[in-house]
Amino acid sequence: MNDNAATPKQEHEPGTHPNWPAPILTSGPIAWMRDNLFSSPFNVILTLLALWVLWIIIPPIINWVFIEAIWSATDRKDCWAQMSEPEAGACWAFIQSRLSLFIYGFYPEAERWRVNLCFVMLILFLLPILWDKCPGRKYLLWYCIAFPFIAGWLLIGGFGLTPVPTNEFGGIMLTFIIGVTGIFFSLPIGVALALGRISNMPALSTICVIFIEFIRGVPLIALLFVASTMLNYFLPPGTTFDLLMRVLIMVTLFSAAYIAEVVRGGLQAMPRGQYEAADALGLTYWQSARLIILPQALKISIPGIVNTFIGLYKDTTLVIIIGMLDPLGIGRAALADAEWAGLAREVYLFIAVFFFLCCFGMSRYSLYLEKKLHTGH
Amino acid sequence: MKFKPTLILSAATLALGITSGAQAGTLEDVQKRGSLNCVVSTGVPGFAYTDESGEWHGFDVDFCRATAAAVLGDAKKIKAVTSTGKTRFTLLNSAEGDVLWRNTTITFSRDVGVKLRFHGVNYYDGQGFLVSKDLGVNSAKELDGASVCIQTGTTTELNLADYFFANGMKYEAVPIETNDEGRQNYLAGRCDVYTTDASGLAATRSTFTDPANHIILPEIISKEPLGPATRHGDDQWSDIVTWVYYATVTAEEKGVTQANVDEMKSSKDPEILRLLGVEGNQGEELGLPADWAYQIIKQVGNYGEIFDRNIGPNTPIGLERGLNALWTEGGLQYSPPFR
Repeated sequence: MNDNAATPKQEHEPGTHPNWPAPILTSGPIAWMRDNLFSSPFNVILTLLALWVLWIIIPPIINWVFIEAIWSATDRKDCWAQMSEPEAGACWAFIQSRLSLFIYGFYPEAERWRVNLCFVMLILFLLPILWDKCPGRKYLLWYCIAFPFIAGWLLIGGFGLTPVPTNEFGGIMLTFIIGVTGIFFSLPIGVALALGRISNMPALSTICVIFIEFIRGVPLIALLFVASTMLNYFLPPGTTFDLLMRVLIMVTLFSAAYIAEVVRGGLQAMPRGQYEAADALGLTYWQSARLIILPQALKISIPGIVNTFIGLYKDTTLVIIIGMLDPLGIGRAALADAEWAGLAREVYLFIAVFFFLCCFGMSRYSLYLEKKLHTGH
Repeated sequence: MKFKPTLILSAATLALGITSGAQAGTLEDVQKRGSLNCVVSTGVPGFAYTDESGEWHGFDVDFCRATAAAVLGDAKKIKAVTSTGKTRFTLLNSAEGDVLWRNTTITFSRDVGVKLRFHGVNYYDGQGFLVSKDLGVNSAKELDGASVCIQTGTTTELNLADYFFANGMKYEAVPIETNDEGRQNYLAGRCDVYTTDASGLAATRSTFTDPANHIILPEIISKEPLGPATRHGDDQWSDIVTWVYYATVTAEEKGVTQANVDEMKSSKDPEILRLLGVEGNQGEELGLPADWAYQIIKQVGNYGEIFDRNIGPNTPIGLERGLNALWTEGGLQYSPPFR
């Protein structure tokens, strides 16, 4: 700091000078604050303003969410009676009383172990896919291929288990089913569509272009309406085609079209030389796609792919429009209970936190994957 | 580049030319399936909501249960097909639901244009105004210049404009989307008045911290007759739904309740005997068991009991019978005779 002052007398022999910490004003939190928060009068004002706004906002929120909150009560009036004044705090007792409804929807109580088992199996399913150092990964990947079918059997029943109609599915479980199925099946379909679109075969690429552009040109809501109502007009009377299945197909196709475009971006970002090098090596189309093209293209596309997945996951709330009760729908039906009505803030906050955790998790994982796969070119 | 033959999924062939929709034989379908699919709302206080265990309750749901009791002999055998205002009629017309019990206003365009069959009015509603007592207003005629919270794109919006125009008054509309939003805006003082169907106002008011400080003005400015609907083209099924509703009204009129229905089987009133299937063959004519109406009253109750249980004065909703009292008590609920 005092570079211009007279140089202090040297008190150490050359080479024996101890390593002193940097002056307090050039490193550490104080220096950081001087550099970032108080570097100019204008910044000082902004910082103080921001602190003041936080001071106004945060304590009441913490007070409402935690301090004054009520965790057990029989109904809204009981809840409010326990607070210093009505609505002073959150009434989490409401969420607690509906928790099983939020998680399982209308799934029969006696069969809920099947859903629990599926949740556990889902974690086992995600582990080897997301973590490449997972022990026994080779064998677990076979399990991963089988998982959607085992889970489908467990949830729907039949073959020895009590059948559960899919209109009793709901809540977080329904979100997971639609989200995971959409993500699991849309990636391979999307990659195939992307390869098809840039293929040299005119017929194939035309079909892929028409499909992708059609799906991208129609809102998901419209597709869901077609799934829920129009299909019944087209199919012969008496044909019943499960509504959940129709929704799954529509959601998967919808997100596949977007994945296809994201992956095509990755494919086109690769230097032409990579394709030519693969051909020069005498690789077949599938070999070059598997060994050279896709590994690089997918790596480039990771942010876009995860972005699409997060979008898909949040779009699952749209199924409320066609009368399926995802957490949002369960919340709405529960809010109509006169014993509890009026606690909309608690319900929507709970759902928001649930979706935030899921989506934030996905986005952090995508960052980790990008860093891991970054090879520096 | 070499391509191996690629599997191309052939598009599913759509069976063109086959129009679905109205099918005869809903009764047989329901009996074969063993459960009744009712189109209900995703949630309206007092009319359709779920409890902790996920069971559906409410005024509309009870009528759905009454229908199941008549057709299947078991009020529990219902399946709620939840619908929004937009999807309710398509769900019914595409046969996803057998009958619609979902606080639906009967209008000309719905009856004729959407090709539905409506079966009497099980709840007479009307648009009302909710104001704070602090406003010092006792009549809707005094609302000149008020700001009004109003759901956009509904008939209530049009009714409001008509009413204020007809009375030479001005208002400032505060557009809202959902009932929850209306509640928050009204409580935050962003509007002086909240207007929607009177039953909805009562339900909303019951969720306030100080319900006694808010009043619903006496003026009801529109007719909102709510009733069940079925598809065109199945007259037998339509008759069943119609007379399920009438059976509950007749039972109340004749004093037949859930508690005394067994004693009433030995009543001296021939209409009660016909209603309960002790005499006559009315069940058979409908294609139902002779005790169909007995099952309704035994398992669900008469009109008054359904009303009191879900939306009556002793519930948090706290609605008076008003127009929905029996015709003998100055209301409009009136059933043709069981003869």
